[in-house]
Amino acid sequence: MASQEMEELVQREYTQGFVTDIESDTVPPGLDENTIAFISNKKGEPEWMLEWRLEAYRQWLTMTTPSWAHLDYPPIDYQAISYYSAPKKQEDKPQSLDEVDPKLLETYEKLGIPLHERAALAGVAVDAVFDSVSVTTTFKEKLAEAGVIFCSISEAIREYPELVRQYLGSVVPQGDNYFAALNSAVFTDGSFVYVPEGVECPMELSTYFRINAANTGQFERTLIVCDKRAQVSYLEGCTAPQRDENQLHAAVVELVALEDANIKYSTVQNWYPGDEDGKGGIYNFVTKRGDCRGDRSKISWTQVETGSAITWKYPSCMLRGKDSVGEFYSVAVTNGRQQADTGTKMIHIGEGTRSTIISKGIAAGRSDQAYRGLVKVGPRAKNARNFTQCDSLLIGDRCGAHTFPYQEIGNSSATVEHEATTSKIGEDQLFYCQSRGISEEDAVNMIVNGFCKDVFQELPMEFAVEAEALLNVTLEGAVG
Amino acid sequence: MSAAHAFLQRLGERADDEPTWVAARRQAGAARFEALGFPTKRDEAWKYTDVRRIAEGEFTLADDAELDEARFAALGMPLDAHRLVFVDGVFSADLSDLTDLPDGVSVEPLTTAMRTNHEAIGGAIGRLAGVDFSPFTALNVALSEEGAVVRIGQGVVVEKPIYVVFASRANESARMSHPRVLVMAGARSQSTVIEHYAGEAGAANFTNVVSEVMLERGAIVDHYKLQEASSEDLHVASIHVEQGRDSRFTSFNLNLGGALVRTDLVTDLNAQGAETNYNGLFFVQGRQHVDNHTLVNHNAPNTFSNENYKGILNDRARGVFNGKVIVKRDSQQIEAYQNNANLLLSDRAEIDTKPELEIYADDVKCSHGATTGQLDEEAVFALRTRGIDEQMARGLLTLAFAGEVMDQVRLPVITERVERAVAGKLPERFNLADLVEVSDALEEA
Repeated sequence: MASQEMEELVQREYTQGFVTDIESDTVPPGLDENTIAFISNKKGEPEWMLEWRLEAYRQWLTMTTPSWAHLDYPPIDYQAISYYSAPKKQEDKPQSLDEVDPKLLETYEKLGIPLHERAALAGVAVDAVFDSVSVTTTFKEKLAEAGVIFCSISEAIREYPELVRQYLGSVVPQGDNYFAALNSAVFTDGSFVYVPEGVECPMELSTYFRINAANTGQFERTLIVCDKRAQVSYLEGCTAPQRDENQLHAAVVELVALEDANIKYSTVQNWYPGDEDGKGGIYNFVTKRGDCRGDRSKISWTQVETGSAITWKYPSCMLRGKDSVGEFYSVAVTNGRQQADTGTKMIHIGEGTRSTIISKGIAAGRSDQAYRGLVKVGPRAKNARNFTQCDSLLIGDRCGAHTFPYQEIGNSSATVEHEATTSKIGEDQLFYCQSRGISEEDAVNMIVNGFCKDVFQELPMEFAVEAEALLNVTLEGAVG
Repeated sequence: MSAAHAFLQRLGERADDEPTWVAARRQAGAARFEALGFPTKRDEAWKYTDVRRIAEGEFTLADDAELDEARFAALGMPLDAHRLVFVDGVFSADLSDLTDLPDGVSVEPLTTAMRTNHEAIGGAIGRLAGVDFSPFTALNVALSEEGAVVRIGQGVVVEKPIYVVFASRANESARMSHPRVLVMAGARSQSTVIEHYAGEAGAANFTNVVSEVMLERGAIVDHYKLQEASSEDLHVASIHVEQGRDSRFTSFNLNLGGALVRTDLVTDLNAQGAETNYNGLFFVQGRQHVDNHTLVNHNAPNTFSNENYKGILNDRARGVFNGKVIVKRDSQQIEAYQNNANLLLSDRAEIDTKPELEIYADDVKCSHGATTGQLDEEAVFALRTRGIDEQMARGLLTLAFAGEVMDQVRLPVITERVERAVAGKLPERFNLADLVEVSDALEEA
């Protein structure tokens, strides 16, 4: 079809879209420019934002699903997904914990989650139970005092359009990859953080404490900008298992660190992994990238990945500023039929840039897991330095652990090291523990936690404690 | 007309007096190659290697093996060996020496072997490297004419190495050859096979070789591939190894020459106790491009693999290393080690390395490592405090870096030749005689 005709067609659908669906709260399944216009309108976005989304959508149409990952899943029908639904009304939610799946509650118990938080996590109508509103208000005041902007991305688009316009898509462009393009077209929620020059964010920011966090949506978009000499630590997700009707999650996270800025981004991901056969689990296809734009800036990713049926995620750092630093610490645990293809990219562009990658993978049951990473040293990255260590632990003989580390080195002064090992839990280690009266399951947990120690110690305190408990829960039933 | 199609035009040029099943296989190779076409950078296995120079080149098949003794002497190694020589892919009886082959050993050119017993040879050829492995193996199947066939009987220990030379001449127009190498090592036999690719200065030919090595129970094979093509030569090779119970295969893949060089090395460890060792060294300079892809398939429990590849890169040269180890489900009690170290001597050289592990069994000990860097300044300093000047110190350390692989070589002629070549290629171009003196002095001290 000629491009002109195409253009006309596109234009026509577009106008129709504007009239019809505005009043409704959900859109029927399916994706076209109509849907995108609807979402944009619903969010009260300015014209440029809609254009930006449509641009992404048009690029998405020309792209194909990536097939290089070591993953196996049936093709996704993108027309069967509903791309916008208004938050659930209070009366639709479970009215008390009694109505919640007892299995879920059991897990909360094991993780030691406080009672009032359990209700919130399980999606119970919380207005009377949870005092998060007051907590949040105090936080908001404190942040405002420091000049830190922390709000939902929709609010940011309305309230701080200049900032958003300047940085949105500057790290992960709309057409970056299939899932990023889809996200750019249809994202409905996410967070925006701006830390002004010289400000050290007075507290750790967490989506958990954001008022609308209860409804994070399946296409999240997060943008964090740290101005010169500013600092922030951001926590995403939480350790409690979260249930969600949406199977496909395609989030995009962009981090921008200007001169001497420091961003620490920690994730604990524990989406529903599906039943024993892996049915119904979440597909977690995430694009996360940080841009160390300024000299001496630093971006550190820490992740604990235990959930989802499929994880496809490569938090990366573009080390552009002179002497900038990138870090990646990861623990990925898969059990049952879970599949994870995860890793990082460290792109050394500036002089004296340094990066560290520590990845620990634990595969149990019938799961499959891959570390996939890239360390690239450009010709101008004099004295660049990278150290990579990725270890895999196999529990049981039906699982798989794979390593695909790419190194592209174009500078003779660069020093790049990569090490990887794959092994199982030593019989002698187990025997040693058991001979001292520790049960097999506890012994395995102990050994696994020791294996992950290098990563856990990078986590903020509150996460670290929970992460250990979480690991034990995930590996339940893997031994014996 | 596509590049692939242009290559296959040569098919029509050949005389056809071969058995019908051979002709049929040739057609299958041609069809597969035409369907696949030349690989592009979009193919993961060819991500870093651009073969347009081959696809766009114009090559003809050679029809003579003329090369006088003097010219050959300049290319070959002075080895006491059973020698088989090919010139631009054509067998040269004059340059070959197969006089005192022990009983139970046969070394012959492919055409001869096929004439005498095409069923026995033809069945083995292509068993490990079919048309699906890569477009280049398909092309080889379509166009291959000649090659080396080595058969070693049960329990035979071949004292002298079997030395196969592929000489590439400086021709007026570029030639191509698609040789096959077949090594069938009988049970408990022991042998050393050398594939030597040597080119005259100014040669600009395209070699596309496929080798298959089959080791029966308890066989031991040392396999050397010494590639010293000219700086204009294009070289694509794949080596496919199949190992039976308790067999041991040791590969030395030594790459010094060539403009564009790609080697695939694949081993299938099919029975308990099989062991494979990969040793690799490449030294590239100018605008040379060397790509090594290795794969070990642990298809059976209690198998062992060890790999050590080293690269030295200067000027604007580019090196690629992709090493993969696959441990199949239920292949327990595996040990697999893999190491790749690279030394960059210039800011414009580039190395792309990817050591991969794919593991489906839990009772395994697998590790891999990859490093890229420069000479250790402290080591340079240590040598200088002993009165060795800086250039010499760097040269010595570079040689020592290569030495970790060369120390495994059991043929002194090859060790010396490679060390000499490495020393001669060092940026400082210091005198090797001096170097050896210093090195001896150090050893004594």
